Amino acid sequence: MKVKAIDRGIVIDHITAGKGLEIFRKLKLKNVHFPVVLLMNVASTRYGKKDVIKVENRIDLDMEMLALMDHQLIVNIIENNVVAEKRKPSLPRHIKGLFNCENPRCISNEDPYVSSSFVRIDTEKKTYQCIYCEENVSLMDKRF
Amino acid sequence: MELKGRKMVSLNEFTTNEIEEIVDAALEISTDITGYGKLLQGYIMGALFYEASTRTRLSFESAMLRLGGKVVGFADASTSSSKKGESLADTIRVMDDYCDIIVLRHPKEGSAKLAGQFSTVPIINAGDGGHKHPTQTLTDLVTLKKEFARISNLKIALCGDLRFGRTVHSMLETLSRWKGNSFVLISPEKLRIPEWLRSNLEEMDIDFTEITDLETGIERADVLYMTRIQKERFFSEKEYLKLKNAYILDVKRLKNSPSEMIVMHPLPRVNEIDYDVDNDDRSRYFQQAANGVPARMALLALLLGRWRQ
Ligand SMILES: [Zn+2]
Repeated sequence: MKVKAIDRGIVIDHITAGKGLEIFRKLKLKNVHFPVVLLMNVASTRYGKKDVIKVENRIDLDMEMLALMDHQLIVNIIENNVVAEKRKPSLPRHIKGLFNCENPRCISNEDPYVSSSFVRIDTEKKTYQCIYCEENVSLMDKRF
Repeated sequence: MELKGRKMVSLNEFTTNEIEEIVDAALEISTDITGYGKLLQGYIMGALFYEASTRTRLSFESAMLRLGGKVVGFADASTSSSKKGESLADTIRVMDDYCDIIVLRHPKEGSAKLAGQFSTVPIINAGDGGHKHPTQTLTDLVTLKKEFARISNLKIALCGDLRFGRTVHSMLETLSRWKGNSFVLISPEKLRIPEWLRSNLEEMDIDFTEITDLETGIERADVLYMTRIQKERFFSEKEYLKLKNAYILDVKRLKNSPSEMIVMHPLPRVNEIDYDVDNDDRSRYFQQAANGVPARMALLALLLGRWRQ
C-alpha cells in the first residue's frame, strides 16, 4: 500500500499497533477538512507492526496526552517534504483530575473539594503515585 | 529545616535528625512530665476525630493539657459537620481560625495530606485509614531510645500479621533509616510482609530474615515487637485456630530469649501476649503506651515553636 508523502504537516509514526484508531479519535481527526490518513498494522522493522497517522496540516498536539496514550510513538513535523523535527512525547510529571484514584479508601474519591492528583515515579513502567493515599497506579493498560 | 510550623502527615517527610530531635525532647519531658504546664499556655489544639479512637485522642488531649494548652474538637463523625455533608477541606479552613494546631483522625487514606493543603497551622496525622499513623511510630521510637539510648544497631524481631499490619510496615520503614538495625520477621507464611515492602528493604540493603518460629526468632533479639493476628485474615476458622497459638507469647516461649530483651506491643492486645508475661522483666508495653503522652507533648511543643526558643 502506498500513501502519498505530504509536503507540510505531521506524521505520527511508530504508534503501537492497535492504538492508532484510539489516538485518531482523541485528536478528533474525523471531522477535519484537510487530508488525514490512518494506517494500521504497517510493517515495522523496529516493532514488527505499527500504526501511523498522517495529517496534511499543522495541528496543535498535546504531547503529554499522546505520551499517556502511547509512549512509543514519535511525532515527525514535516516541512517542504522533509522531516524538519522529530518529537518524542514524554510523560507528564504530574497528572491532575484526568482519572480517579483506584483505591476506594482514598480521600480523593470522597471529598467533593479535591481532584485526583498523581506524580510520576517510573517512566519505563508508566507508574504514577497518588499524592494522597500513595497507592501506585500503572497507566500501561489505561485508556484516555 | 525548622520543625516549627511543619505538618506531620508521615515520618517520611522528616529526616532522622529531626525525628531524633522530637524523641530527645520527649525523653526530657518524660523525666518531669508535670514540669511543662506553662509551655503552651494560650494555645488551642483542635482534635478532629472523624472516627473514634479513644486511646489516641486521650493521649493527645492529655499531652496538650499537660502543656497548659486547651482543646476543642469532636470525638467521632456523628457529632461533626461532616454528617451534614461538609467537605474536609471546608472544615479545615474554618478550624484553621479556631485553633493553633490541628490533630486529625480520619477513616480515608490521604486525608491528612489533603487537610495540610488547606491549613495554615500545623496538622498532625493521628491516623488516616490504613495509611499512616506517625505518632504511634514516634512513641515506639521514644520507647526504644529510652531503653537502649539509641535507635540504631538494634536487632528487632517483629511477630504477628506482617502482611496487613500497618504498625509493622511503619516500624520497618522507619527503623531501616537508622544505621545497623536488623530485623527478624516472624509470621505464618501467608502473613509475611507485602512484596512492595520486601523490595524496599532489599533495595536499601537491609539485613532481614523471615521465619515462622517465634522461639527461634527471639534467640538473639534486642526487641520483640508483638502484633495481633486478626481472625479475618485467615481463609478458614480451622487454619486460624491451628496457627494462632503458635504466635501467642507466654513465659515458656520467652525462656530462651536474652534477659535484656524487651517486649513491645502497640496495644490493645487480645490474646497474643499471655498475662503472665506482664510480670516478666522484659515486658515494656505498658511503659510504651505511657510514652505516647510525652512523645505527643514534644511534637506539639516543637511544631508550635515553643521548645527551647
Ligand atoms: Zn489515592
